[in-house]
Amino acid sequence: MKKVYSSAAEALGGVLQDGMLVAAGGFGLCGIPENLIAAIRDAGTKNLTVASNNAGVDDFGLGVLLQGRQVKKMISSYVGENDEFMRQYLAGDLEIEFNPQGTLAERMRAGGAGIAGFYTKTGVGTLIADGKEHKDFNGETYILEEGIFADLSIVKAWKGDEAGNLIFRKTARNFNPVAATCGKVCIAEVEELLPVGALEPDSIHTPGIFVNRIIKGEHEKRIEQRTTRAA
Amino acid sequence: MAGWDRNQMAARAAQELEDGTYVNLGIGIPTLVSNYIPEGVDVTLQSENGMLGMGPFPTDDEIDADLINAGKQTITEMDRTSYFSSADSFAMIRGGHIALSILGAMEVSEQGDLANWMIPGKLVKGMGGAMDLVAGVRRVVVIMDHTNKKGESKLLKQCSLPLTGSKVVDRVISNLGVFDIVDGGIKVVEMADGVSLDDVKAATEAALVS
Repeated sequence: MKKVYSSAAEALGGVLQDGMLVAAGGFGLCGIPENLIAAIRDAGTKNLTVASNNAGVDDFGLGVLLQGRQVKKMISSYVGENDEFMRQYLAGDLEIEFNPQGTLAERMRAGGAGIAGFYTKTGVGTLIADGKEHKDFNGETYILEEGIFADLSIVKAWKGDEAGNLIFRKTARNFNPVAATCGKVCIAEVEELLPVGALEPDSIHTPGIFVNRIIKGEHEKRIEQRTTRAA
Repeated sequence: MAGWDRNQMAARAAQELEDGTYVNLGIGIPTLVSNYIPEGVDVTLQSENGMLGMGPFPTDDEIDADLINAGKQTITEMDRTSYFSSADSFAMIRGGHIALSILGAMEVSEQGDLANWMIPGKLVKGMGGAMDLVAGVRRVVVIMDHTNKKGESKLLKQCSLPLTGSKVVDRVISNLGVFDIVDGGIKVVEMADGVSLDDVKAATEAALVS
């Protein structure tokens, strides 16, 4: 079973379809699958629904798919840093479904675990709860949220091996492990692609069973808010 | 009427921190609270993107693109730091494992309702993790100015803006003092230097109870 592909474009071969639901890892610009996003841009796939905590910035991350008007709908918790997003949203060209951040993470986790829905207190009494089933447990009210079952997952890890096992680094882990589980096909891009046996089995964050294809990427790793203290 | 400035509000909020607890600080004034952690109080700060044990901002040499806080600012790790996925992070938050969340607000009602994520008709950026935090964290403290730019009270009988959470706020620290949400309204816990009860009454729409 060959999982290693030579490029993002090759790894996406036969997978991309107009109108598909894509789950993407990353928080802000941290830990985003830069190479796979760029390859989806180049492929020109249209009418995408993208589940991702954020929508990138104008010229980087998922923002490049917005520039090409390839996205029909975003499922996100926060989209504040993207002017092009706002232009398309205000013009009615882009749909947004706001999910609380923990609800979004849990929806991906649930989808990946074959769980159709779960009850949470998050959002009870807010606009988020409108139209959702309410149910009381132990005297407290919860709402029903549904798992995300994506057509494609795109994630970024620090190290990976040829069996698809992944290790993430620091806060670049974020949504990547859960996004990896919830797609029918998961493609991972890594900074270091190693032979089987090079990773310590006890240190693996995402077991290779969740990863169908893997590539070594080149990562700019742009920083959104460079904040420092005096040395 | 003098009242507290943002740093004094943050310093007062730092008195809410209990030794040995795990705490989540929101973006803005709440972030300043970490500058005033009292001597002898050891708290571990959570960043909801997936980190426990947030350290200070990095020096230029220490900057790491893989290490940011929930405001997307570069930060550093500590000896005690651990990293985890966003699902695990919100399991901590929703599971009641975080003792205290300190966050900002546009409006708070006398029932403890909180509004801090959207203004109808204006650009909506999203709620981020705020709805999860107020629904799951054991104690919620709000830091906010007592009135808005027009001088209107932000401590209301009912919130006018869409809610972030219903009946979730325990305490409000404003430029005028410290206020608890109790049965029947808002109780004055303490007033800032130079602030009188009449000042508080004039700036508060919510019912004040003693």
